[in-house]
Amino acid sequence: MPIEFQNVSKWFPHSTGRQLLRTHIARWFVRVHNEPFCALRNVSFQLGHGESLALVGSNGAGKSTLLSLAAGLTPPDQGKVLVQGRIAALLELGSGFHPDLTGAENLVLNAALLGLSKRQTSQLFDRIVEFSGIGEFIDDPLRTYSSGMVMRLAFSVAIQCEPDILLIDEVLAVGDASFQEKSKDALKSFRRAGKSLLFVSHSAGAVREMCDRAIWIDHGSVMMDGPVSEVLDAYQGRAVMQQGQ
Amino acid sequence: MWNGDYLFLIRNLIEKDFKVRYRNMSLGVLWSLLNPLIMMGILTFIFTKIFAQPHDRNFPLSVLCGLVPLNFFTLAWMTGASSILDNASLIKRVPVPRHVFPIASVLSNCLHLLIQIALLLAIILVFGRGVNIHWLWLPLIWGLEILFVMGLALAFSAVNVYVRDTRYVIESTNTVLFWLVPVFYSFALIPMRFRGIYEINPVAALVLMMRNVLLEGHAPLGSTLVRLAIVSLVMFGSGWFVFRRLRDGFYARL
Repeated sequence: MPIEFQNVSKWFPHSTGRQLLRTHIARWFVRVHNEPFCALRNVSFQLGHGESLALVGSNGAGKSTLLSLAAGLTPPDQGKVLVQGRIAALLELGSGFHPDLTGAENLVLNAALLGLSKRQTSQLFDRIVEFSGIGEFIDDPLRTYSSGMVMRLAFSVAIQCEPDILLIDEVLAVGDASFQEKSKDALKSFRRAGKSLLFVSHSAGAVREMCDRAIWIDHGSVMMDGPVSEVLDAYQGRAVMQQGQ
Repeated sequence: MWNGDYLFLIRNLIEKDFKVRYRNMSLGVLWSLLNPLIMMGILTFIFTKIFAQPHDRNFPLSVLCGLVPLNFFTLAWMTGASSILDNASLIKRVPVPRHVFPIASVLSNCLHLLIQIALLLAIILVFGRGVNIHWLWLPLIWGLEILFVMGLALAFSAVNVYVRDTRYVIESTNTVLFWLVPVFYSFALIPMRFRGIYEINPVAALVLMMRNVLLEGHAPLGSTLVRLAIVSLVMFGSGWFVFRRLRDGFYARL
């Protein structure tokens, strides 16, 4: 299994307070009753080869926390997260990009962060630039790029570096229509190659198009895990019901 | 989890630091050379003209032998300690091993160090005693010092996430170090009963050994070298240990 969650729970402190010396000293004298906030509660699921799984749920439901755990950014407090293969995570637009470096320099830095070697990077360089469609601007500093261009570059690095698992958090929406088509095609062939995709989006259309399975998360718990249309209907049905009240 | 190419990643992080720092400076690397030279000039002026002390004619060189290690130490410690906070956006979104940040930060300071050492050696060649066989000790001495700073950077970068005031502790310590490291005075001047303070200080030991090799032309004392080696290895080990203990809390606190 590329990704397997076994009864995973994750708590975050409600507020870690400001990380200052006096906060820590105050804590020795005053016991603060600060119930931690449960971001994920007993979550279990598996993501198979070639599978594309969407996470749906309202803001703060725990979708991003789940992606962070899958990416290995933070360990679970209970349960196990098992991951097989290389993960590329597109969690936020252009994280890891530096505005003063050129597009090409950022591209190489990003490939290194994803774990590519020097040889792999130079082999893939032209393909990444070509896919991004950034063309002659590749040698300009990143601060001159539009947000769509930054996203195209980030997405191109992530998809072209051939990860086994791709985590995507709501970034696809930035590109223009033609790039969105191109990235959807790339994701489809990515899946045909037996790679797995974990996808967070608030756009029901994108979810329906990209994924065949969905998990609905609410307040950190899995409400439903099944075919994408059933889960979306149930999730949207509840949203409508709440509006009606 | 992350099975990438460590060397390639660290090299890229160092290159990033270097490019970002120098791209917006017209004189570029020259700034790295100007600062120690200006300090050397000022200190020489003060201590030979204003506050005149009995001194040897090598005074400017002796000052430079103190400034280069001290500058490296203070800068590498400071930037190393803030490396985790500075890279918060990466730590929260990219699953790279966290310890690459303090280590790359210290190594990118080593690049500036190389430039300054080249300057120092060039000046020694022109005005000092020239090359001698004991120069071969320099890589070992500096290697140990770099190991020591890496240990500090690992420990302080992790603690800095939990206690943001850490930077003020470092700043104050660095100010004190300027006086407690024999930059503008020689070891011979230090009274016996205070030597202990200097002997456990790796930066002072480094300055002493630099002067041994470059100005006096003899090998560093074995006992000083062994002490530096032990302090550096212990510091690196404990830095690594502290970092590992604290690393899992970074995500929630950044």
